This record gives sequence, C-alpha cells and structure tokens, in this order.
Amino acid sequence: MAAVVSPQPPVAERLTPRDWASHPPYVYPAYKSTIKRGPTKPLVPLARALAQRRAPVYGHEDIGPLDHDLTQNAAKNGEPLGERIVVTGRVLDEGGRPVANTLVEIWQANAAGRYVHKVDQHHAPLDPNFLGAGRCLTDAQGRYRFLTVKPGAYPWGNHPNGWRPNHIHFSLFGEYFASRLVTQMFFPGDPLLALDPIYQSAPEGARERLVSQLNLDAVGEPGFALGFEFDIVLRGAAETPMGR
Amino acid sequence: MTLKQTPSQTVGPYFAYGLTPEQYGYDYKSPFGPAIAGPEARGEHIRLTGRVFDGDGVPVNDAMIEILQPDAEGRFVASVSEARASDFRGFGRCGTGTHASLHFWFDTVKPGAAAPGEAPHIDVIVTMRGMLSHAFTRVYFDDEAEANARDPVLAALPPERRATLVARREAHPGGAAYRFDIRMQGPKETVFFDL
Repeated sequence: MAAVVSPQPPVAERLTPRDWASHPPYVYPAYKSTIKRGPTKPLVPLARALAQRRAPVYGHEDIGPLDHDLTQNAAKNGEPLGERIVVTGRVLDEGGRPVANTLVEIWQANAAGRYVHKVDQHHAPLDPNFLGAGRCLTDAQGRYRFLTVKPGAYPWGNHPNGWRPNHIHFSLFGEYFASRLVTQMFFPGDPLLALDPIYQSAPEGARERLVSQLNLDAVGEPGFALGFEFDIVLRGAAETPMGR
Repeated sequence: MTLKQTPSQTVGPYFAYGLTPEQYGYDYKSPFGPAIAGPEARGEHIRLTGRVFDGDGVPVNDAMIEILQPDAEGRFVASVSEARASDFRGFGRCGTGTHASLHFWFDTVKPGAAAPGEAPHIDVIVTMRGMLSHAFTRVYFDDEAEANARDPVLAALPPERRATLVARREAHPGGAAYRFDIRMQGPKETVFFDL
C-alpha cells in the first residue's frame, strides 16, 4: 500500500514554548489525584527546543474507514442511543497555520455517561452499539470531523456528589514531538463546568478555549445531527525574524 | 495572527479503549503499541521496562507512557515507508494497567547517539489520571558511562539527580532488558523537562 502521509513541511528552527499561562499546573489540589501524582520539582529547560524532533509517523492505512464515525465503528445490531452530533474543527498552530495530516484520537462516555473501560463501575447502561473511540487525520486545511453521540455526564469520587460535565477526550501530536497535547472538549452552557475542578484547573481566560461552539451549519445535512465546532491550537514553528 | 494554545487536560482513567485498545483487549485497532522494533530491525534488541510511582511510592495502574527514539544508527524514522522497510517504528505507547506488577514495557532496539556529543537516549512522554499536563523525561543507559559523562543535558543537571534518568541493564530471556522506573515525587523524583 502506498498510502503515506504527504511530505512534511521543512523543520522549524525553533518552536514556540509551552505556554504555561494556558495550561493547568501539575498540582491542583481541588483535583485530588494531582496531589500525589504531579511533579513537584521545577521542570528542567532543555537547551535545545528539540525542534527537529518530529511527531511519530503513521499512515492513512492506520485509520480504518469507519474510525471517524463512532455511530458505526462498533455497531453490532443497530445504532447507538443518544443525540447524534458532529464534532469538527481545525488544528492550527499559534501562527494560524493549519496542521495538516495530523492524527486526532478521541474517546468518550456513551449517552448514559458510561465508559466502556472495564474500570468504570458507574451504574449506567453500556450501549452494545457504541465503543466511544475514534480517530482521523486532519485534511490539508487542518480540519477533522467526527460523527458521534453526545456523551452523558457521570459521577466521580473526587468530592461528594461530584459529576464530570459532558466531555470528549482528545489526543493529538501535531508536527513535532514537543507539540503533543492531551485535552478535553466541553459543551457550551453546561452548568457543571463551574463545579468541575478539571475544567477549572486551566487558567481563567484559557479554559474557555476548551468549550466547543454550537454550529448548526457545520453538519452540512439539516435535521441530521447537532454540530459542534472545536478548534485546537498546538505549539508550532516560532516566527523567525527576517534577515536574522 | 497569534492564537493561544489549547489548554491541556488529564488523560483520565479511561483512555485504554481509545489510545491503547489492543493492549487492553478491546476490539479496536491500536495505532501504536509496545512493539517498536520487529525481528528484522537492525541493532541490539532490548526490552525497556519500568513502573511509575506516585508520591506515596505506590505503583500507578493507569499511566500511559510513550517513547520516541532513533534507530541503532541514531537516525529517526522519517516516513511510514521507511518504518516498514526497516521494521522499526521509532515510537511506542504502553499503559501500566495490564501487567500484574503494573509495569510498562517496550520491545525495541538500543538507540544510537542522534548527534555528536550526545549520549544515546530515548525521549519519554508521561501522562496519567491525576496529571493535568503531560511531562517529558528521558532514558539514558547505565552501560554508556563514558558517553553519559559527556552528554550536555546530563551534565547540566545536579549530579544527585542524574541517576533518575539512567536505566539499569538486566538479564532478560532472549536478550537484554533495561529497567527505568519513573518517580513522580519525593527525594528521587525523576527529572522532567520543559521542552
């Protein structure tokens, strides 16, 4: 099979730094598990920004034909229950350049708020037609698109009667080893956001970027599904001053 | 145009069926797994293994470790066709929740030095439930003492912290294994990098 990711753009001289004003701290006591798991010593800066170190390689053949369609990729005898939604957006770098051909992996609870994961003991039904995992590659404009059902909220043991807001987990590489991002997408207007220590752990002014926007035009097929738009911004090549 | 980075969030406890489905026995293909080098790959075949410990010294059962490395000649894989031709992927992913002792493992080859003056090493991404942002670290090798002594990254660290990045060679059926434990906190906290 000759399906290989298109030639990569030239290597950057240096990357934009990890913007710690946008990311949560390692230890955020309201999210209790961070207290024993977050590194406590200052990070050691690497002299070289590892700009030449690329993300891992993968090809189109690593993506199954239904991997982007969570309403079909695990269907056994019908369609999954729940509100059908399209989740789409662009992967960009801080300069607004699209990140093309990059892998986007997602996973989520089903419409009842239950994960397929064996460790999840929440007393809500599994859906025999829904796994909740998907992946795709972005197109030349950096756009990804998934068809799925809206995940339900679910309780967790962090604090009394704590409930996670509806969310979808995202994992991305971008072009570089250093542009790795694992994050979560939320839904607009969710009253649980104000009570969720994971969402709240991202600094004010930054956490709002984790909330998708309702976009009924994103679907392209009226009456079929709700559409949510979620753009993702990764580290990328730093601008090099001309004539430097 | 200047956009702001999307904030990181935790991978949570339930990543297994999305990111490491084959390892955890889910009926879904994994794009990456613990096998980095196949039998045809050139170089010394090794197993890299270790555990992740929290601040109480308890092994973590829901961490995900990813590693990126060059081949035995110090070259990074540049394309899928190259990876296929050399039987070497250069990247792997393993969760800590499927083995009874909660260790991760990678079957790979010992990397060559990627640049003059650098000691051979593997770059590592650590993430888990309870980490809101991933952390970067590195694996060096204890049988490369001379190269390690010259490595600029190791040299810049306080001497007492260097050992946290050096994997120990052990006997392993059919070849060599290196043990690399990751300590999130405490007096022997692993060195994590900002890069």
